[in-house]
Amino acid sequence: MTKNILLVGVGGQGTILASKLLTIGLMKSGYDVKMSEIHGMSQRGGSVSSQVRFGDNVASPVIEAGSADILVAFEKMEAMRWMPYLKKDGKLIVNDFEINPMPVLTGRAQYSSDIKSVLTDATKTDFVDASSAAMTIGNPKVMNIILLGALVKAMGLEAIDWHAIIASEVKPKFIELNKRAFDQGMQMIS
Amino acid sequence: MKKLLTGNESIARGAYEAGVHFAAAYPGTPSTEIMENIAQYEAITSEWAPNEKVALEAVIGASIAGARSMASMKHVGVNVAADPLMTFAYTGVNGGMVLITADEPGMHSSQNEQDNRNYAKFAKIPLLEPASSQECKDMLIEAFEISETFDAPVMIRMTTRVCHSKGLVECYDRNEKAIKPYTKHMSKYHPIPKHARGMRVRAEERLEKLRVFSETTPLNQMILNNSEIGVITSGVSYQYAREVFGDTASYLKLGFTNPMPAAKIAAFAKEVKTIYIIEENDPIIEEFVERLGIACKGKEVFPKMGEMTPDVIRKSLGQPSFDTIDFEDLTVPRPPAFCAGCPHRGFFYELGKLKNVVISGDIGCYALGFDEPYNATDFSICMGASISMGHGAQTIFNKLGAEAPRVISVLGDSTFFHTGINSVIEVLYNKGNSINVILDNRVTAMTGHQENPGSGYTIQGEHIGEMAIEPILKTLGAKRVRQIDPNNLKEVKETLNWALESDEASFIITRWPCALKRFTEADREEFKDAFTAHCTVKTEKCIGCKKCLGVGCPAISFNQETKKTTIDPNVCVGCEVCLQVCPVKAIEKEAAQ
Repeated sequence: MTKNILLVGVGGQGTILASKLLTIGLMKSGYDVKMSEIHGMSQRGGSVSSQVRFGDNVASPVIEAGSADILVAFEKMEAMRWMPYLKKDGKLIVNDFEINPMPVLTGRAQYSSDIKSVLTDATKTDFVDASSAAMTIGNPKVMNIILLGALVKAMGLEAIDWHAIIASEVKPKFIELNKRAFDQGMQMIS
Repeated sequence: MKKLLTGNESIARGAYEAGVHFAAAYPGTPSTEIMENIAQYEAITSEWAPNEKVALEAVIGASIAGARSMASMKHVGVNVAADPLMTFAYTGVNGGMVLITADEPGMHSSQNEQDNRNYAKFAKIPLLEPASSQECKDMLIEAFEISETFDAPVMIRMTTRVCHSKGLVECYDRNEKAIKPYTKHMSKYHPIPKHARGMRVRAEERLEKLRVFSETTPLNQMILNNSEIGVITSGVSYQYAREVFGDTASYLKLGFTNPMPAAKIAAFAKEVKTIYIIEENDPIIEEFVERLGIACKGKEVFPKMGEMTPDVIRKSLGQPSFDTIDFEDLTVPRPPAFCAGCPHRGFFYELGKLKNVVISGDIGCYALGFDEPYNATDFSICMGASISMGHGAQTIFNKLGAEAPRVISVLGDSTFFHTGINSVIEVLYNKGNSINVILDNRVTAMTGHQENPGSGYTIQGEHIGEMAIEPILKTLGAKRVRQIDPNNLKEVKETLNWALESDEASFIITRWPCALKRFTEADREEFKDAFTAHCTVKTEKCIGCKKCLGVGCPAISFNQETKKTTIDPNVCVGCEVCLQVCPVKAIEKEAAQ
């Protein structure tokens, strides 16, 4: 049975690194893995997604609408945008963090203040304050690894040696920082 | 050893394993990472070429000289390279030669959705279509064998999802291939009409041999599960079909699609009742199957455009899709925008304010200049076209009298070297009077920061010295050339007016690095304080006029409660464009903490 994990956010938030680490962990656990992402123009502050599929024998590299087992949104509005991809009764992990799209910055649209309650009513939702946690750890950029930690906990994949994967993939001076971020994320989800 | 690779990384690995000696490309989504990854292998001489035609020509030369060689490009790049391709298809190779085309069903980052399988048919050359990362490597290695066996350049058609999806790939060592001896062979390599007529005959004879190969190669594979439904498919569409039908259908998976295997298709047709042709974009397999007199369902059921993802297949077949939850009414769109600190911002802010001008655009990040809040660019077509299109438009406007608009053509540094330089020659040679702007952000930015002749570094990061645009323009005969800082709005405005006031062709070079660029030594010296500070709004001075929002910066937002703007210090890099538009000097620059 193929499982679908969808990671979404805004260009520059580090969804690609988080999903890369996830796929390495899944590969090391013996799964067939496929991951799909779109590069190019959408990176310029646009909405981005990484689609991870794993199982015995994965066919399509893309996740269909209504079939993601877990949706991890690095930003609240992106959770709203990608909700149609979440399976009925699927699990939603949302970074409690806002990045205003250009129409909101220029005052032509409003960033809904109801997102939290709307999402909580819609499905099983965990809000993770990765932004504050990242500041406490000392670098706002590790939000992505905090969210990866939360995702790993939600998937029940704690047995994999994630610290070793982090050590093999990030620059030496950021390894300890990212390990702490990962551990912090694991603790931020029920 | 198994590695998790994108299709592009797998192609690069395949080039290494296949014993490729030379590779060249011009960056273009979704093909760019092929050459970036090939450059990691020291055994392969790899190059960024100024454009796809030059890349392919260099690769053709390497093949004739005896080396396995390859070129990679996005689908529209093959249009640029079509001239050498069509005749190299006649001469054939010495060392094996493969051209990778990265097509874009769905147009994620492209201006059209052309199906480059048509080129293989057009050029009468073999075509392979991988469906996974593993197949990318396997098929590239096989393609070199085919190229050398049949004396033909071979095309591999990738698509965005094959290029940018990761999958497990079994990796091996390099199979070193000696450079073949070169011998002078004019009737083979020199297509004057007398020789070309012979080549033309050989191209048809080669196609006949390839037809036989197509019937027997395991690249074209029959997978029999069920006699009710049979799916004939190629590339990633096979994976999509498998996702929808699983073992409830039989498959004829075509990995080698030019020429196609008629007998194998007929044999498959005998095994199944209903045949679906599932292929992205044009009905190329479908038309071939129909021509064999075999009943099939293709584009009458499935769409002619876009990606053939599983949901699309299900919907086309009238099958139920999965339940979804939709919050569209609460979702604000997030269109791509110039990054904070983008050197295009200041320029387009001023450009968008000009009246009675027509702006001819090009392909690059600055394509976003058509959008809010600048609403500047009028049209664009393809790489390097802005200046030549602008020249043609200006020539016509000139016939309409003094009130007619002036044309301002804009393109980037990499696009200038791509083919824009030819367009400059067109303007100067034909006494044009358009205004031409080269937005020099010191890198090929849109595709993810590749070096180019103007940046002064090779793909391996070797410093070769910058080909400076200003002296090139002057050497070509440009009399009116100015180089400016695009973040200085007064300078931008004055320079645009300087150009508009003249009846001669003017050239403006805006020179400031992309805010996301990794700085070189030369950049650090030239742009010392760039991106080291940020701006802040002095709340007590802000009058909430929203003028600063007009620069369209993702760091600036308007607080609906306080009715004042704020600048996010984590996003702002201190370009000072907003600071210059504030009428009450409420924005100040602070040094980085």
